[in-house]
Amino acid sequence: MDNDFTQPTLNRRDLLIAGAASAAVTLPAGSAAQGTAEATPAMASVTLEVNGRSETLQCDTRTTLLDVLREHLHLTGTKKGCDQGQCGACTVLVNGRRVVSCLTLAVMQPGAKVTTVEGLSTTRRLHPMQAAFVKHDGYQCGYCTPGQICSAVGVLDEIKRGVPSHASKDLAARPVVSAAELRERMSGNICRCGAYSNIVDAMAEVAGVRV
Amino acid sequence: MKTFTFERATTPAQAAAAVAARPGARFVAGGTNLLDLMKLEIETPPHLVDVTGLGLDRIERTPDGGVRVGALVRNTDLASDRHIRRDYAVLSRALLAGASGQLRNMATTAGNLLQRTRCPYFYDTNMACNKRNPGSGCSAIGGISRQHAVVGASDACIATHPSDMAVALRLLDAKVETVKADGAQRVIPIADFHRLPGNTPHIETDLQPGELITGVTLPRPLGGTQVYRKVRDRASYAFALVSVAAVVQRDGTGRAAFGGVAHKPWRVEAAEAAMANGSAAVANRVFADARPTHDNAFKLQLAERTLAAVLAESRS
Repeated sequence: MDNDFTQPTLNRRDLLIAGAASAAVTLPAGSAAQGTAEATPAMASVTLEVNGRSETLQCDTRTTLLDVLREHLHLTGTKKGCDQGQCGACTVLVNGRRVVSCLTLAVMQPGAKVTTVEGLSTTRRLHPMQAAFVKHDGYQCGYCTPGQICSAVGVLDEIKRGVPSHASKDLAARPVVSAAELRERMSGNICRCGAYSNIVDAMAEVAGVRV
Repeated sequence: MKTFTFERATTPAQAAAAVAARPGARFVAGGTNLLDLMKLEIETPPHLVDVTGLGLDRIERTPDGGVRVGALVRNTDLASDRHIRRDYAVLSRALLAGASGQLRNMATTAGNLLQRTRCPYFYDTNMACNKRNPGSGCSAIGGISRQHAVVGASDACIATHPSDMAVALRLLDAKVETVKADGAQRVIPIADFHRLPGNTPHIETDLQPGELITGVTLPRPLGGTQVYRKVRDRASYAFALVSVAAVVQRDGTGRAAFGGVAHKPWRVEAAEAAMANGSAAVANRVFADARPTHDNAFKLQLAERTLAAVLAESRS
Protein backbone atom coordinates (compact mmCIF):
# COMPACT_ATOMS: atom_id res chain seq x y z
CA MET A 1 0.00 0.00 0.00
CA ASP A 2 2.87 2.40 0.77
CA ASN A 3 3.84 2.34 -2.88
CA ASP A 4 0.36 3.47 -3.82
CA PHE A 5 0.94 6.81 -2.16
CA THR A 6 3.85 7.51 -4.53
CA GLN A 7 1.50 7.32 -7.49
CA PRO A 8 0.63 10.94 -8.21
CA THR A 9 -2.42 10.05 -10.31
CA LEU A 10 -4.11 7.96 -7.63
CA ASN A 11 -7.15 9.74 -6.26
CA ARG A 12 -8.98 9.17 -2.98
CA ARG A 13 -11.63 6.97 -4.55
CA ASP A 14 -9.00 4.68 -6.11
CA LEU A 15 -7.36 4.35 -2.73
CA LEU A 16 -10.62 3.42 -1.06
CA ILE A 17 -11.23 0.79 -3.73
CA ALA A 18 -7.70 -0.58 -3.34
CA GLY A 19 -8.18 -0.78 0.42
CA ALA A 20 -11.48 -2.56 0.07
CA ALA A 21 -9.96 -5.02 -2.41
CA SER A 22 -7.11 -5.98 -0.11
CA ALA A 23 -9.57 -6.43 2.75
CA ALA A 24 -11.66 -8.69 0.54
CA VAL A 25 -8.61 -10.81 -0.27
CA THR A 26 -7.76 -11.41 3.36
CA LEU A 27 -11.30 -12.27 4.47
CA PRO A 28 -11.76 -15.76 3.00
CA ALA A 29 -8.37 -16.85 4.34
CA GLY A 30 -9.35 -15.67 7.83
CA SER A 31 -12.65 -17.48 7.80
CA ALA A 32 -11.02 -20.66 6.47
CA ALA A 33 -8.51 -20.55 9.32
CA GLN A 34 -11.40 -20.54 11.78
CA GLY A 35 -12.85 -23.57 10.02
CA THR A 36 -16.16 -21.91 9.27
CA ALA A 37 -17.70 -23.41 6.17
CA GLU A 38 -19.13 -20.37 4.45
CA ALA A 39 -21.90 -21.44 2.08
CA THR A 40 -21.39 -20.80 -1.60
CA PRO A 41 -23.13 -17.60 -2.68
CA ALA A 42 -26.38 -18.27 -4.48
CA MET A 43 -26.50 -16.46 -7.80
CA ALA A 44 -29.55 -15.20 -9.61
CA SER A 45 -30.37 -13.40 -12.81
CA VAL A 46 -32.53 -10.29 -12.74
CA THR A 47 -33.69 -7.85 -15.40
CA LEU A 48 -34.51 -4.28 -14.40
CA GLU A 49 -35.28 -1.13 -16.34
CA VAL A 50 -32.96 1.52 -14.95
CA ASN A 51 -33.40 5.08 -16.21
CA GLY A 52 -35.14 3.75 -19.30
CA ARG A 53 -32.53 1.11 -20.15
CA SER A 54 -33.11 -2.60 -19.74
CA GLU A 55 -30.33 -4.18 -17.67
CA THR A 56 -29.89 -7.92 -17.10
CA LEU A 57 -27.50 -8.85 -14.31
CA GLN A 58 -26.12 -11.94 -12.66
CA CYS A 59 -25.78 -11.22 -8.98
CA ASP A 60 -25.51 -12.80 -5.54
CA THR A 61 -29.02 -13.08 -4.08
CA ARG A 62 -27.81 -10.87 -1.21
CA THR A 63 -27.24 -7.89 -3.50
CA THR A 64 -29.44 -4.93 -2.64
CA LEU A 65 -30.91 -2.71 -5.31
CA LEU A 66 -28.56 -0.01 -4.02
CA ASP A 67 -25.48 -2.16 -4.59
CA VAL A 68 -26.68 -3.13 -8.07
CA LEU A 69 -27.04 0.55 -8.97
CA ARG A 70 -23.67 1.58 -7.58
CA GLU A 71 -21.43 -1.44 -8.02
CA HIS A 72 -22.88 -3.24 -11.05
CA LEU A 73 -24.24 -0.33 -13.10
CA HIS A 74 -21.80 2.32 -11.77
CA LEU A 75 -24.63 4.77 -11.16
CA THR A 76 -22.91 6.30 -8.15
CA GLY A 77 -25.30 9.24 -7.84
CA THR A 78 -27.38 7.15 -5.43
CA LYS A 79 -25.52 7.16 -2.13
CA LYS A 80 -25.03 4.59 0.60
CA GLY A 81 -25.45 6.31 3.96
CA CYS A 82 -26.56 4.08 6.82
CA ASP A 83 -27.45 0.99 4.70
CA GLN A 84 -30.30 0.27 7.13
CA GLY A 85 -33.15 2.43 5.89
CA GLN A 86 -32.76 5.24 8.37
CA CYS A 87 -31.07 8.06 6.44
CA GLY A 88 -32.74 8.15 3.01
CA ALA A 89 -29.50 8.81 1.07
CA CYS A 90 -30.24 5.80 -1.16
CA THR A 91 -33.78 6.92 -2.10
CA VAL A 92 -34.75 6.14 -5.70
CA LEU A 93 -38.07 5.84 -7.50
CA VAL A 94 -39.26 2.28 -8.20
CA ASN A 95 -42.27 2.16 -10.50
CA GLY A 96 -42.73 5.84 -9.69
CA ARG A 97 -42.72 5.48 -5.90
CA ARG A 98 -39.89 6.56 -3.64
CA VAL A 99 -38.20 3.72 -1.75
CA VAL A 100 -34.94 3.19 0.11
CA SER A 101 -32.87 1.05 -2.27
CA CYS A 102 -30.76 -0.39 0.59
CA LEU A 103 -33.71 -2.36 2.00
CA THR A 104 -34.80 -4.21 -1.09
CA LEU A 105 -32.97 -6.95 -2.93
CA ALA A 106 -32.35 -6.76 -6.67
CA VAL A 107 -33.92 -10.22 -7.03
CA MET A 108 -37.12 -8.86 -5.46
CA GLN A 109 -37.48 -6.28 -8.26
CA PRO A 110 -37.72 -8.18 -11.56
CA GLY A 111 -39.08 -5.93 -14.30
CA ALA A 112 -39.13 -2.88 -12.03
CA LYS A 113 -38.71 0.57 -13.55
CA VAL A 114 -36.04 2.27 -11.46
CA THR A 115 -35.28 5.99 -11.69
CA THR A 116 -32.16 7.32 -10.03
CA VAL A 117 -30.98 10.91 -9.78
CA GLU A 118 -29.08 10.36 -13.03
CA GLY A 119 -32.32 9.52 -14.81
CA LEU A 120 -34.71 12.16 -13.42
CA SER A 121 -34.24 14.36 -16.44
CA THR A 122 -34.64 12.88 -19.90
CA THR A 123 -33.13 15.93 -21.57
CA ARG A 124 -29.79 17.68 -21.16
CA ARG A 125 -31.47 20.15 -18.84
CA LEU A 126 -31.72 19.61 -15.09
CA HIS A 127 -34.98 18.25 -13.70
CA PRO A 128 -36.96 21.16 -12.18
CA MET A 129 -36.31 19.77 -8.68
CA GLN A 130 -32.55 19.67 -9.34
CA ALA A 131 -32.64 23.24 -10.63
CA ALA A 132 -34.61 24.37 -7.59
CA PHE A 133 -32.13 22.72 -5.20
CA VAL A 134 -29.33 24.66 -6.93
CA LYS A 135 -31.26 27.93 -6.86
CA HIS A 136 -32.25 27.64 -3.19
CA ASP A 137 -28.95 26.20 -1.99
CA GLY A 138 -30.73 23.04 -0.84
CA TYR A 139 -27.51 21.24 0.08
CA GLN A 140 -24.10 21.78 1.56
CA CYS A 141 -21.78 18.75 1.36
CA GLY A 142 -24.12 17.15 -1.19
CA TYR A 143 -23.98 13.57 0.06
CA CYS A 144 -27.67 13.32 0.92
CA THR A 145 -28.74 15.43 -2.07
CA PRO A 146 -29.51 12.71 -4.67
CA GLY A 147 -31.73 10.96 -2.11
CA GLN A 148 -33.32 14.26 -1.07
CA ILE A 149 -34.09 15.14 -4.69
CA CYS A 150 -35.57 11.73 -5.55
CA SER A 151 -37.59 11.80 -2.34
CA ALA A 152 -38.78 15.37 -3.04
CA VAL A 153 -39.97 14.35 -6.52
CA GLY A 154 -41.80 11.42 -4.93
CA VAL A 155 -43.35 13.63 -2.24
CA LEU A 156 -44.89 16.11 -4.67
CA ASP A 157 -46.31 13.22 -6.67
CA GLU A 158 -47.78 11.71 -3.50
CA ILE A 159 -49.46 15.00 -2.59
CA LYS A 160 -50.82 15.28 -6.14
CA ARG A 161 -52.22 11.74 -5.86
CA GLY A 162 -53.92 12.62 -2.58
CA VAL A 163 -51.75 10.50 -0.26
CA PRO A 164 -52.27 11.88 3.27
CA SER A 165 -49.55 12.36 5.89
CA HIS A 166 -49.25 12.64 9.65
CA ALA A 167 -49.34 16.42 9.14
CA SER A 168 -52.63 16.36 7.22
CA LYS A 169 -55.28 17.93 9.45
CA ASP A 170 -58.31 16.50 7.66
CA LEU A 171 -58.09 12.95 6.30
CA ALA A 172 -61.16 13.54 4.16
CA ALA A 173 -59.68 16.56 2.37
CA ARG A 174 -57.05 16.57 -0.33
CA PRO A 175 -53.60 17.25 1.11
CA VAL A 176 -52.08 20.64 0.38
CA VAL A 177 -48.46 21.73 -0.03
CA SER A 178 -47.44 23.47 3.19
CA ALA A 179 -44.20 23.74 5.13
CA ALA A 180 -45.56 21.35 7.77
CA GLU A 181 -46.55 18.80 5.13
CA LEU A 182 -43.19 18.96 3.35
CA ARG A 183 -41.21 18.67 6.60
CA GLU A 184 -43.22 15.68 7.78
CA ARG A 185 -43.06 13.90 4.42
CA MET A 186 -39.31 14.48 4.08
CA SER A 187 -38.50 13.16 7.58
CA GLY A 188 -37.02 9.99 6.10
CA ASN A 189 -34.19 12.00 4.51
CA ILE A 190 -31.53 13.12 6.94
CA CYS A 191 -29.24 16.08 6.13
CA ARG A 192 -26.45 16.42 8.66
CA CYS A 193 -25.40 19.77 7.17
CA GLY A 194 -28.87 21.07 7.98
CA ALA A 195 -30.11 22.32 4.61
CA TYR A 196 -33.68 21.45 5.55
CA SER A 197 -35.28 24.89 5.30
CA ASN A 198 -33.76 25.49 1.86
CA ILE A 199 -34.95 22.06 0.71
CA VAL A 200 -38.50 23.03 1.73
CA ASP A 201 -38.12 26.28 -0.25
CA ALA A 202 -36.91 24.36 -3.31
CA MET A 203 -39.81 21.90 -3.12
CA ALA A 204 -42.34 24.69 -2.64
CA GLU A 205 -41.06 26.46 -5.73
CA VAL A 206 -41.43 23.33 -7.84
CA ALA A 207 -44.94 22.86 -6.44
CA GLY A 208 -45.69 26.49 -7.34
CA VAL A 209 -46.57 27.40 -3.76
CA ARG A 210 -45.24 29.91 -1.25
CA VAL A 211 -44.78 28.35 2.18
CA MET B 1 -25.27 -11.18 5.46
CA LYS B 2 -25.38 -14.97 5.33
CA THR B 3 -25.99 -16.55 1.97
CA PHE B 4 -29.48 -17.72 1.07
CA THR B 5 -31.34 -19.22 -1.83
CA PHE B 6 -34.34 -17.40 -3.23
CA GLU B 7 -37.59 -18.32 -4.88
CA ARG B 8 -40.73 -16.51 -5.98
CA ALA B 9 -43.89 -18.16 -4.71
CA THR B 10 -46.71 -18.96 -7.13
CA THR B 11 -49.65 -19.47 -4.75
CA PRO B 12 -50.18 -18.78 -1.02
CA ALA B 13 -50.33 -22.51 -0.21
CA GLN B 14 -47.16 -23.18 -2.23
CA ALA B 15 -45.42 -20.34 -0.38
CA ALA B 16 -46.44 -21.81 2.97
CA ALA B 17 -45.28 -25.28 1.94
CA ALA B 18 -41.95 -23.90 0.68
CA VAL B 19 -41.20 -22.16 4.00
CA ALA B 20 -42.38 -25.13 6.06
CA ALA B 21 -40.10 -27.44 4.06
CA ARG B 22 -36.88 -25.56 4.86
CA PRO B 23 -36.06 -25.01 8.55
CA GLY B 24 -35.36 -21.33 9.11
CA ALA B 25 -36.78 -20.21 5.76
CA ARG B 26 -38.67 -16.91 5.75
CA PHE B 27 -41.24 -15.10 3.67
CA VAL B 28 -40.16 -11.74 2.28
CA ALA B 29 -42.41 -8.98 0.94
CA GLY B 30 -41.51 -5.37 1.78
CA GLY B 31 -38.21 -6.49 3.27
CA THR B 32 -37.80 -3.30 5.31
CA ASN B 33 -37.34 -5.08 8.64
CA LEU B 34 -36.11 -8.52 7.57
CA LEU B 35 -33.27 -7.28 5.33
CA ASP B 36 -32.04 -4.92 8.03
CA LEU B 37 -31.95 -7.83 10.49
CA MET B 38 -30.26 -10.09 7.91
CA LYS B 39 -27.49 -7.54 7.36
CA LEU B 40 -26.85 -7.61 11.10
CA GLU B 41 -27.08 -11.43 11.06
CA ILE B 42 -29.79 -11.32 13.70
CA GLU B 43 -31.91 -13.12 11.11
CA THR B 44 -30.04 -15.76 9.08
CA PRO B 45 -32.61 -17.52 6.88
CA PRO B 46 -31.03 -20.04 4.47
CA HIS B 47 -33.92 -19.57 2.05
CA LEU B 48 -36.25 -16.67 1.20
CA VAL B 49 -39.67 -17.09 -0.37
CA ASP B 50 -40.75 -13.89 -2.10
CA VAL B 51 -44.53 -13.58 -1.80
CA THR B 52 -44.94 -10.26 -3.62
CA GLY B 53 -46.24 -11.96 -6.75
CA LEU B 54 -49.23 -13.52 -5.00
CA GLY B 55 -51.74 -10.71 -5.50
CA LEU B 56 -53.22 -10.29 -1.99
CA ASP B 57 -52.96 -6.54 -2.59
CA ARG B 58 -56.61 -5.52 -2.65
CA ILE B 59 -58.80 -3.69 -0.16
CA GLU B 60 -62.38 -4.91 -0.52
CA ARG B 61 -65.67 -4.80 1.33
CA THR B 62 -66.87 -7.94 3.08
CA PRO B 63 -70.50 -9.14 2.96
CA ASP B 64 -70.97 -8.27 6.67
CA GLY B 65 -70.19 -4.59 6.08
CA GLY B 66 -66.54 -4.77 7.08
CA VAL B 67 -63.40 -4.68 4.99
CA ARG B 68 -60.73 -7.14 3.99
CA VAL B 69 -57.17 -5.88 3.56
CA GLY B 70 -54.84 -8.11 1.53
CA ALA B 71 -51.61 -9.10 3.28
CA LEU B 72 -49.54 -7.35 0.62
CA VAL B 73 -51.31 -3.98 0.65
CA ARG B 74 -48.55 -1.44 1.23
CA ASN B 75 -48.83 0.80 4.29
CA THR B 76 -49.13 3.95 2.12
CA ASP B 77 -51.96 2.43 0.09
CA LEU B 78 -53.85 1.27 3.18
CA ALA B 79 -53.52 4.68 4.85
CA SER B 80 -54.62 6.44 1.64
CA ASP B 81 -57.63 4.29 0.83
CA ARG B 82 -60.77 6.46 0.83
CA HIS B 83 -62.88 3.92 2.65
CA ILE B 84 -60.25 3.39 5.34
CA ARG B 85 -59.75 7.15 5.79
CA ARG B 86 -63.47 7.70 6.22
CA ASP B 87 -64.60 4.68 8.23
CA TYR B 88 -61.42 3.49 9.98
CA ALA B 89 -59.60 6.80 10.44
CA VAL B 90 -57.72 5.51 13.49
CA LEU B 91 -56.04 2.91 11.26
CA SER B 92 -55.08 5.51 8.68
CA ARG B 93 -53.70 7.78 11.40
CA ALA B 94 -51.72 4.96 13.04
CA LEU B 95 -50.10 4.01 9.74
CA LEU B 96 -49.19 7.61 8.95
CA ALA B 97 -47.59 8.00 12.40
CA GLY B 98 -45.18 5.16 11.64
CA ALA B 99 -41.83 5.01 9.82
CA SER B 100 -41.02 7.30 6.86
CA GLY B 101 -42.69 7.89 3.51
CA GLN B 102 -40.20 5.63 1.75
CA LEU B 103 -40.70 2.78 4.23
CA ARG B 104 -44.50 3.08 4.12
CA ASN B 105 -44.28 2.74 0.33
CA MET B 106 -42.49 -0.59 0.79
CA ALA B 107 -43.85 -2.16 4.00
CA THR B 108 -46.86 -4.47 3.80
CA THR B 109 -49.81 -5.09 6.11
CA ALA B 110 -48.66 -8.58 7.08
CA GLY B 111 -45.03 -7.54 7.41
CA ASN B 112 -46.01 -4.68 9.70
CA LEU B 113 -47.72 -7.17 12.03
CA LEU B 114 -44.62 -9.39 11.97
CA GLN B 115 -41.99 -6.71 12.49
CA ARG B 116 -39.67 -7.35 15.38
CA THR B 117 -38.85 -5.29 18.42
CA ARG B 118 -36.41 -2.38 18.19
CA CYS B 119 -34.99 -3.19 21.66
CA PRO B 120 -31.34 -2.07 21.37
CA TYR B 121 -30.18 -5.22 23.18
CA PHE B 122 -31.97 -7.38 20.60
CA TYR B 123 -30.09 -5.47 17.90
CA ASP B 124 -26.67 -5.67 19.59
CA THR B 125 -25.37 -9.17 18.94
CA ASN B 126 -22.76 -8.74 21.69
CA MET B 127 -25.46 -8.57 24.33
CA ALA B 128 -27.52 -11.31 25.95
CA CYS B 129 -31.03 -11.49 24.54
CA ASN B 130 -33.54 -14.29 25.08
CA LYS B 131 -35.42 -13.23 21.98
CA ARG B 132 -32.38 -13.42 19.67
CA ASN B 133 -30.58 -16.23 21.48
CA PRO B 134 -33.01 -18.15 23.74
CA GLY B 135 -31.59 -18.89 27.17
CA SER B 136 -28.84 -16.27 27.00
CA GLY B 137 -30.54 -13.83 29.38
CA CYS B 138 -31.93 -10.32 29.04
CA SER B 139 -29.56 -7.37 28.98
CA ALA B 140 -32.43 -4.89 29.00
CA ILE B 141 -33.42 -5.93 32.52
CA GLY B 142 -31.04 -3.89 34.64
CA GLY B 143 -29.84 -2.09 31.51
CA ILE B 144 -31.10 1.10 29.93
CA SER B 145 -34.81 0.41 29.73
CA ARG B 146 -36.45 3.75 29.00
CA GLN B 147 -38.13 2.40 25.83
CA HIS B 148 -39.20 -0.91 27.25
CA ALA B 149 -42.42 -2.55 28.39
CA VAL B 150 -44.20 -1.55 31.57
CA VAL B 151 -46.90 -4.22 31.49
CA GLY B 152 -47.17 -7.85 30.40
CA ALA B 153 -43.41 -8.35 30.46
CA SER B 154 -41.55 -11.25 32.04
CA ASP B 155 -38.24 -11.99 33.73
CA ALA B 156 -37.04 -13.22 30.33
CA CYS B 157 -37.93 -10.19 28.17
CA ILE B 158 -39.15 -6.61 28.53
CA ALA B 159 -39.20 -5.71 24.82
CA THR B 160 -42.06 -3.78 23.24
CA HIS B 161 -43.84 -4.37 19.96
CA PRO B 162 -42.94 -1.48 17.64
CA SER B 163 -46.00 -1.33 15.36
CA ASP B 164 -48.44 1.57 15.32
CA MET B 165 -50.73 -0.16 12.83
CA ALA B 166 -51.17 -3.17 15.10
CA VAL B 167 -52.44 -0.95 17.94
CA ALA B 168 -55.23 0.35 15.70
CA LEU B 169 -56.03 -3.19 14.50
CA ARG B 170 -56.29 -4.33 18.13
CA LEU B 171 -58.67 -1.46 18.86
CA LEU B 172 -60.81 -2.38 15.85
CA ASP B 173 -60.98 -6.12 16.71
CA ALA B 174 -59.32 -7.11 13.44
CA LYS B 175 -58.87 -10.75 12.47
CA VAL B 176 -55.81 -12.22 10.78
CA GLU B 177 -56.43 -14.71 7.96
CA THR B 178 -53.78 -17.33 7.21
CA VAL B 179 -53.01 -20.37 5.12
CA LYS B 180 -50.92 -23.23 6.46
CA ALA B 181 -48.46 -25.49 4.68
CA ASP B 182 -51.14 -28.17 4.20
CA GLY B 183 -53.41 -25.61 2.54
CA ALA B 184 -55.75 -25.29 5.54
CA GLN B 185 -56.96 -21.77 6.28
CA ARG B 186 -57.68 -20.25 9.66
CA VAL B 187 -58.66 -16.97 11.25
CA ILE B 188 -56.85 -15.59 14.31
CA PRO B 189 -58.38 -12.75 16.37
CA ILE B 190 -55.80 -9.96 16.66
CA ALA B 191 -55.94 -10.23 20.46
CA ASP B 192 -54.53 -13.76 20.19
CA PHE B 193 -52.13 -13.10 17.33
CA HIS B 194 -49.22 -11.59 19.26
CA ARG B 195 -47.96 -13.40 22.35
CA LEU B 196 -46.66 -12.14 25.65
CA PRO B 197 -42.98 -12.99 26.18
CA GLY B 198 -43.27 -15.41 29.12
CA ASN B 199 -40.35 -17.84 29.02
CA THR B 200 -40.34 -17.98 25.20
CA PRO B 201 -39.88 -14.39 23.97
CA HIS B 202 -38.46 -15.69 20.69
CA ILE B 203 -41.93 -17.00 19.81
CA GLU B 204 -43.75 -13.79 19.03
CA THR B 205 -46.96 -14.82 17.30
CA ASP B 206 -49.48 -17.63 17.17
CA LEU B 207 -48.34 -18.55 13.63
CA GLN B 208 -47.02 -22.04 12.96
CA PRO B 209 -43.89 -22.63 10.87
CA GLY B 210 -44.72 -21.85 7.26
CA GLU B 211 -48.12 -20.33 8.08
CA LEU B 212 -48.66 -17.37 5.76
CA ILE B 213 -50.82 -14.33 6.50
CA THR B 214 -53.12 -13.76 3.53
CA GLY B 215 -55.12 -10.83 4.84
CA VAL B 216 -56.63 -8.88 7.70
CA THR B 217 -60.36 -8.31 8.12
CA LEU B 218 -62.04 -5.46 9.97
CA PRO B 219 -65.59 -5.69 11.30
CA ARG B 220 -68.22 -3.06 10.50
CA PRO B 221 -67.11 0.54 11.14
CA LEU B 222 -67.48 1.72 14.74
CA GLY B 223 -68.29 5.34 13.94
CA GLY B 224 -67.49 7.81 16.72
CA THR B 225 -64.44 10.01 16.86
CA GLN B 226 -61.30 8.07 16.01
CA VAL B 227 -57.92 9.27 17.25
CA TYR B 228 -54.37 7.92 17.19
CA ARG B 229 -52.00 9.90 19.35
CA LYS B 230 -48.30 8.97 19.41
CA VAL B 231 -45.80 10.45 21.86
CA ARG B 232 -42.17 10.13 20.82
CA ASP B 233 -38.76 11.74 21.24
CA ARG B 234 -39.01 13.65 17.95
CA ALA B 235 -41.98 14.84 15.94
CA SER B 236 -41.58 12.39 13.06
CA TYR B 237 -39.94 9.10 12.12
CA ALA B 238 -39.46 7.70 15.62
CA PHE B 239 -40.94 4.81 17.55
CA ALA B 240 -43.53 5.49 20.23
CA LEU B 241 -42.74 5.97 23.86
CA VAL B 242 -46.48 5.66 24.32
CA SER B 243 -49.33 5.73 21.85
CA VAL B 244 -53.09 5.66 22.27
CA ALA B 245 -55.63 4.50 19.71
CA ALA B 246 -59.18 5.35 20.65
CA VAL B 247 -62.74 5.41 19.40
CA VAL B 248 -64.96 7.69 21.44
CA GLN B 249 -68.72 7.86 20.91
CA ARG B 250 -70.81 10.96 21.48
CA ASP B 251 -72.02 9.69 24.88
CA GLY B 252 -68.43 9.34 26.09
CA THR B 253 -68.25 5.55 25.84
CA GLY B 254 -65.62 3.97 23.67
CA ARG B 255 -62.48 1.89 23.37
CA ALA B 256 -58.77 2.50 23.90
CA ALA B 257 -55.64 0.53 23.02
CA PHE B 258 -52.05 1.40 23.93
CA GLY B 259 -48.78 1.05 22.03
CA GLY B 260 -45.19 1.27 23.24
CA VAL B 261 -46.02 -0.25 26.61
CA ALA B 262 -45.99 -4.03 26.09
CA HIS B 263 -44.83 -6.97 23.99
CA LYS B 264 -48.06 -6.64 22.03
CA PRO B 265 -50.70 -3.95 21.47
CA TRP B 266 -52.21 -3.48 24.93
CA ARG B 267 -55.95 -3.30 25.40
CA VAL B 268 -58.00 -4.18 28.48
CA GLU B 269 -61.63 -4.35 27.42
CA ALA B 270 -62.87 -4.40 31.04
CA ALA B 271 -61.30 -0.98 31.61
CA GLU B 272 -63.30 0.57 28.78
CA ALA B 273 -66.45 0.61 30.89
CA ALA B 274 -64.80 3.55 32.68
CA MET B 275 -64.21 5.59 29.49
CA ALA B 276 -66.94 8.10 30.33
CA ASN B 277 -65.36 8.61 33.77
CA GLY B 278 -62.11 9.97 32.40
CA SER B 279 -58.56 8.91 31.67
CA ALA B 280 -57.40 8.09 35.19
CA ALA B 281 -60.21 5.62 35.75
CA VAL B 282 -59.31 3.81 32.54
CA ALA B 283 -55.53 3.93 32.94
CA ASN B 284 -55.66 2.64 36.53
CA ARG B 285 -57.42 -0.43 35.26
CA VAL B 286 -55.36 -0.88 32.08
CA PHE B 287 -52.07 -0.68 33.97
CA ALA B 288 -53.18 -2.35 37.21
CA ASP B 289 -50.56 -5.10 36.80
CA ALA B 290 -47.79 -2.85 35.52
CA ARG B 291 -44.23 -3.57 36.62
CA PRO B 292 -42.21 -0.64 35.25
CA THR B 293 -38.45 -0.28 35.61
CA HIS B 294 -36.76 2.74 37.17
CA ASP B 295 -36.14 4.09 33.65
CA ASN B 296 -39.62 3.72 32.21
CA ALA B 297 -42.00 4.33 35.12
CA PHE B 298 -42.76 7.68 33.45
CA LYS B 299 -44.70 5.78 30.80
CA LEU B 300 -47.56 5.12 33.22
CA GLN B 301 -48.23 8.80 33.76
CA LEU B 302 -47.53 9.55 30.11
CA ALA B 303 -50.06 6.94 29.00
CA GLU B 304 -52.75 8.35 31.30
CA ARG B 305 -52.07 11.91 30.17
CA THR B 306 -52.01 10.90 26.50
CA LEU B 307 -55.39 9.24 26.96
CA ALA B 308 -56.62 12.43 28.67
CA ALA B 309 -55.48 14.43 25.63
CA VAL B 310 -57.21 11.98 23.31
CA LEU B 311 -60.48 12.22 25.27
CA ALA B 312 -60.26 16.02 25.22
CA GLU B 313 -59.61 15.99 21.48
CA SER B 314 -62.57 13.71 20.90
CA ARG B 315 -64.85 16.11 22.75
CA SER B 316 -63.69 19.20 20.86
